[in-house]
Formats: sequence, structure tokens, C-alpha cells
Amino acid sequence: MEYFLQQLINGVTLGSIYGLIAIGYTMVYGIVGMINFAHGDVFMVGAFMALIVYLALVAIGITFVPLALLVVLIVAMALTALYGWTVERIAYRPLRGSFRLAPLISAIGMSIFLQNYVQLAQGARVKPLPPVVPGGHQFGAAEGFVVNISNVQILIVVTTVALMAIFTVIVAKTSLGRAQRACEQDRKMASLLGVDVDRTISLTFVMGAALASVAGLMYLLYYGVVDFYIGFVAGVKAFTAAVLGGIGSLPGAMLGGLLIGLIETFWSAYFSVEYKDVAAFSILAIVLIFLPSGLLGRPEVEKV
Amino acid sequence: MTEPMLTIRGVTAYYGAIAALKGVDIDVAKGEIVTLIGANGAGKSTLMMTIFGSPQARDGSIVYDGRDITRMPTHEIARLRIAQSPEGRRIFPRMTVLENLQMGAAVTQFAHFDEDLRRMFDLFPRLKERVSQRGGTLSGGEQQMLAIARALMSRPQFLLLDEPSLGLAPLIAKQIFAAIGELNRTEGLTVFLVEQNAYHALKLAHRGYVMVNGSITLSGAGRELLEREEVRAAYLEGGRH
Repeated sequence: MEYFLQQLINGVTLGSIYGLIAIGYTMVYGIVGMINFAHGDVFMVGAFMALIVYLALVAIGITFVPLALLVVLIVAMALTALYGWTVERIAYRPLRGSFRLAPLISAIGMSIFLQNYVQLAQGARVKPLPPVVPGGHQFGAAEGFVVNISNVQILIVVTTVALMAIFTVIVAKTSLGRAQRACEQDRKMASLLGVDVDRTISLTFVMGAALASVAGLMYLLYYGVVDFYIGFVAGVKAFTAAVLGGIGSLPGAMLGGLLIGLIETFWSAYFSVEYKDVAAFSILAIVLIFLPSGLLGRPEVEKV
Repeated sequence: MTEPMLTIRGVTAYYGAIAALKGVDIDVAKGEIVTLIGANGAGKSTLMMTIFGSPQARDGSIVYDGRDITRMPTHEIARLRIAQSPEGRRIFPRMTVLENLQMGAAVTQFAHFDEDLRRMFDLFPRLKERVSQRGGTLSGGEQQMLAIARALMSRPQFLLLDEPSLGLAPLIAKQIFAAIGELNRTEGLTVFLVEQNAYHALKLAHRGYVMVNGSITLSGAGRELLEREEVRAAYLEGGRH
């Protein structure tokens, strides 16, 4: 039982990180109908941004952890959002209206470019960060079993839930969110109503990148190391999560992220660590056989 | 001479290599209802979209309210108090009726949203009953009302309507035409109306144009066109009601 609970906590933590990245995939897919394969690498850039900003703050003597983390969060979000914006501007927008595969190929190019750029700029070696948020809580000592929740895990889950709530409200209730959904459903009609479609798409990339940078910060705090390659694996997992939940669906991305995190963690805990990725992708394959549009996705029905 | 609202001169437009508009001239004066009739595929809807710059005119010029809008991006044109209820209605299917109307009001910064919403509900009481229903679940007639209401939510001075009677029961079509006439008389709304239902359109309009194969072949006062033999033969006989 204690082992199960412990794995549950670990799985939810991991799932939060995947979910944050998956939102970027799903929002971009929803609005431009393409998979932004560079998104995983934007997450990696976000993790590096967080590390650099944190070390810079320490260097100028800001060591009060909550303040430092808040500054890191905001600055990393802003800088990574700029990356997301730039990627869209130079690699995707010129190809809008081109054949369907063009932006996809361009995205893979951006992904390779970002990896190599960070590798050249920061070096290929793993970059460590000493534990910033130490400590944790133990539960169940009285009942005879011990479950640990570290403060980092609490921070990750709470931040994720808060951000997801904020983004859900933005998409559901604000003018920007309405414009995003309008562009998703009928781009031409949206422009007939005065929506600047290019700007709305840019803002969607900015939002996705900002969330990915938060995931990057969480990853950094949780694992304590980053390198230029983390974006690939995490990106593929988060993409899987988005597809599992139903690509294009915001709650689907959150659910998918959570499920992928749980599947991976439980498989590692009860079966074998080596095959955890196989397990996650197998579940994806099985779900897609029976629910081709994912768990919360909307079936493709063309209304005429 | 009344003030011009829309002046179209020598406009051509293409889909790929196919010419959809072959040098169109049209004038709409402020406060007028002008209709454009023609068969399927004549280029009527293309002209409506070309006014909004999507597709942009390749040659010629479009001047709206004293401004050359020929090369202006679509969303900027939409902010000039010109609104369109387009071909196929193009309701946002996964947004509620209220959200669709909010989209229409976006260009007004919601300055008089509640007031305008009430007016639309007076004009189309059915929309009030359906206010929290998704656009895609509405019937064709309700979608048509929503498309017109959405266009009116931007408080346009100039309204483009593409086949507002398409797929509607005759009684409802009549109501919609009556509502358009009413807005024109009471608020001076200028209307440019594309119709296949030539009889109703020409009766309502002050002036009309006939389009064949991307060119204007006839123009004149609405009632005058109704009397023309070629118009009757092509667009009215058998379709009269």
C-alpha cells in the first residue's frame, strides 16, 4: 500500500510536467492543425533559461528561495515565450498556405536547430543544479508505513494545477480565448469579424512556450539536471499525452499528461524500468485503436 | 447625388488560374439597399469576399466610405463598420449562440453589448431561446438568423448579406427580408444583398445588378429589373412565389 501511494505521488508529479508541455502541443494543433515538433525543445530551452536566471540571481546575491523562484518563473516564461514567438514567426508563418507537410518538416528542422544551438552555446555536458527546495513531509508513520512527499513535488503539482486553471479560464472566458477558438473553428470567418488571425496564432505559440518553460523549471527542480537533449524524450512523451487525451482538447492534454506520468511510474515500479516507454506507447496504441480521436477528443465529423 | 458608400471599379479576382470576377463595376450609395442576383457560380459570393480582401482583387479598386480598401487585410476592413453575413453562414459550431454574438461585437470593444444583444433578441426571439446552445446544433434557419445577428452586433453602417434566404422556410425568409427593410428605413443601414431568390430581393432593393459569369450584364432599379424579360426568364419563371 505504501509503495502504491508513493508511486502515485511520483506519477502525478511526472504527469504534471508532461501535462504542462502537452498543452502547448494541443493548443497549437487546435489552431493551426500542425504538430509543433520543436515544442519539446522549447521546453528544454525553458529549463536552461530557468537554470541560467537562477544562477544569475544567486550571483547577484538573491538567495531567498521563494523570491528567487518567482523571479525565475517570470523571467524564464517571458524569455521562452519569445523563443516560441520567434519559432512561429520564422519557421511556420511563411509556410502558412503551403502544402501540409511543409510546416511539419520546418518544425523538425527547428527542433534540430534548437538542440544544436543549446549544445554549442551551453556545452553538451549535463548541467546540475543543487537542490533548491529541500525537505518534505512523511505520512502514515503511525499506521506503520511511510509515504514521502517532497516539497518540490508539492510545488510542482500546485503550480501546475494553478496554471491549468488560469489557462482554462483564459480560453473559456476571455476575448483572446474566444478569438483562439474562433480561429480554430473557422479562420476566415474570424478574420471577417476583425480578428487578427496571425496575431492570435502568435499568442497561442507564446502561451504554449510560456507553459513549457514552467515545465522546464519544474523538471530542473525535480531532477536537478538538464542537458540539451531532454526536450526530445519529454517532447515525445508530452505529444503522446496530447494524442492520448485527444489532440486539440485542453482538458484532454491535462488528462493525457497525468495518465502518461502514472503509467510510466507504475510500470517502472512494478515491472521494469527499461520498458516504461514501451508501456506508455502501447497504452497509446491501444487507446487509439478503440478511440481514434483520443479520450476527450472530438470525432472528426464534417457538418455540411 | 447621394454620397457613395461603396465604389467598385474594374475588379478582377482569381482562384488559381480561374477568373472568378472579370472586371466588375458596382456602386452603392449611403442608405441604399442594392442587390446582386445571378445564377450559381456566377461569382456573387466571390465578390462579397473580395470586398473583404479574401481573395484580394488582382486589378481594379474598391473604395469604401472614401477609403481605398483594395489591399487592406481582411481583419482591418472588418473594423471599418462594415459587416458580412457570409455564404454558408459560417457559424462557429462549437461556440454557443451567445459566444457567436460576442465574436460579432468584438470590434466594438463591447461598448454597447447588452443593449445590442437585447435588440437582436427582439429582432430574432428564437436566438434568445437558444442562447446557451452550441451554434452547430441550431437549425439552418436559426443559423441564418444568428449569422445576421452576429453581423449586426458590430453596429455596421454597411451590411453585406450573402443569400440570407437560403434554406429557409418562405415565411422565415419573409421575416428576415422585412427585418432588413426595417433596419434600412429606421437606421439608414446600407445593405448589399446577394440573392438567388431574385423576386424577394428585387422587390426589397432600391437598385439591382445581374451577374453572369463574373461580369455585370444588367443593372437598374429593382422594380425595373423585375419587369425585364431576360431577368424573368433566367431568374424568376418557375421560381416565383
